[in-house]
Amino acid sequence: MARAHRDYDDIPGTYVFDAEHHRKGYHLNMFCMSLNDPANREKFAEDEEAYLDQWALTPEQRAAVLERNWLEMLRLGGNIYYTFKIAIFDGLSMQAVGGMMSGVSEEEFKQMMLDGGRTPSG
Amino acid sequence: MAEILYGVASSHVPAIGAAIDKGREDMPYWRPLFEGYEGARKWMADANPDVIVLAYNDHASAFDLDLIPTFAIGVAETFPIADEGYGPRHIPDVEGHPELAWHLAESLILDGFDMTICNRMPVDHGLTVPLSIMYGSPERWPAKVIPLAVNVIQYPPPTGKRCYALGKAIRRAVHAFDEDLRVAVFGTGGMSHQLQGERAGFVNTPFDTRYLDRLSEDPQGLTEISHTELLRDAGSEGIELVMWLIMRGALSEKVREVHRHYHVPASNTAAGLIIFEDALAQIRDSLETVS
Repeated sequence: MARAHRDYDDIPGTYVFDAEHHRKGYHLNMFCMSLNDPANREKFAEDEEAYLDQWALTPEQRAAVLERNWLEMLRLGGNIYYTFKIAIFDGLSMQAVGGMMSGVSEEEFKQMMLDGGRTPSG
Repeated sequence: MAEILYGVASSHVPAIGAAIDKGREDMPYWRPLFEGYEGARKWMADANPDVIVLAYNDHASAFDLDLIPTFAIGVAETFPIADEGYGPRHIPDVEGHPELAWHLAESLILDGFDMTICNRMPVDHGLTVPLSIMYGSPERWPAKVIPLAVNVIQYPPPTGKRCYALGKAIRRAVHAFDEDLRVAVFGTGGMSHQLQGERAGFVNTPFDTRYLDRLSEDPQGLTEISHTELLRDAGSEGIELVMWLIMRGALSEKVREVHRHYHVPASNTAAGLIIFEDALAQIRDSLETVS
């Protein structure tokens, strides 16, 4: 059964972590959660592919993680608070990831924030 | 009798905590933000509450997708600092107030709020950054803290109405606690921000300004804002603002705004801070002046 339309579906560039996203992204997000544990961070650093084998990710989710395709992870059910744990692992700032998701460099993204952020009209 | 005297609402941006921990408060990027916190810290040192009931959200630290409590109250003696992936912040553990926390849990449940009760509950930036904003870097937190974790990550979070009503129930419960305690309630998160998607970096200053204005005089009106309006106008993570209504609900109808600060940006966020004194605090002050 197709999911009924939600009144937030038309908000641009926004992935609401609702039931549908949760069901798609459960394993992806739980893998991300595991990176809270320093021992797991070490294992992931040693061999990303082998570490990912422990988690029931879809091939698309696995590729998105390995490629650090932040938008794709969101599309595949990732939640930003979870997927950002991979960015923390990589030593990336929230501005860097914000830039990658919106198609600008970290510097450009930082400047946009200094200029008052992305306004509702733009 | 325990009394709620103060309410504080504050953003809880992790980068603010990192700036404090790394001594970067005077750097040009951070100075304008921290200048606005100076008055708040002075006020906090004077107010010096015994206990803070602190509404915040956990960010995949104590809870994950296996367990998503809508409202969870921490009843432990101590709450350790969570490792969010960087290693834990080097700040003191948070001391709880189990007697008041258990009283709150029982009272709230009997009052119709089905709380989840937590002992093992590492606390993350959602709880610790507002403490750092208000206290700086003490060797030990001056107040006991009762963590009140609210789900705002899994859609839908509790409604603004429900949060406001929970605040009112917290007020009833605290005021029925038979020990002289001066209590503050914190609501944290916000203001407008969006961390995710192509719209990352979204900020809506007119919305935030109006929210701050209405929080003292028209909180009831703020409870009418739907989740979809919040997602649209405050950004997907700005929906955290429902937690500010727990704080406001816990205060008297009339409050005195004693401090306000708003700054863009703190990392990817519009950072807001507002402090209210409850009518009870004002009565206390006037009694002290008379005597």
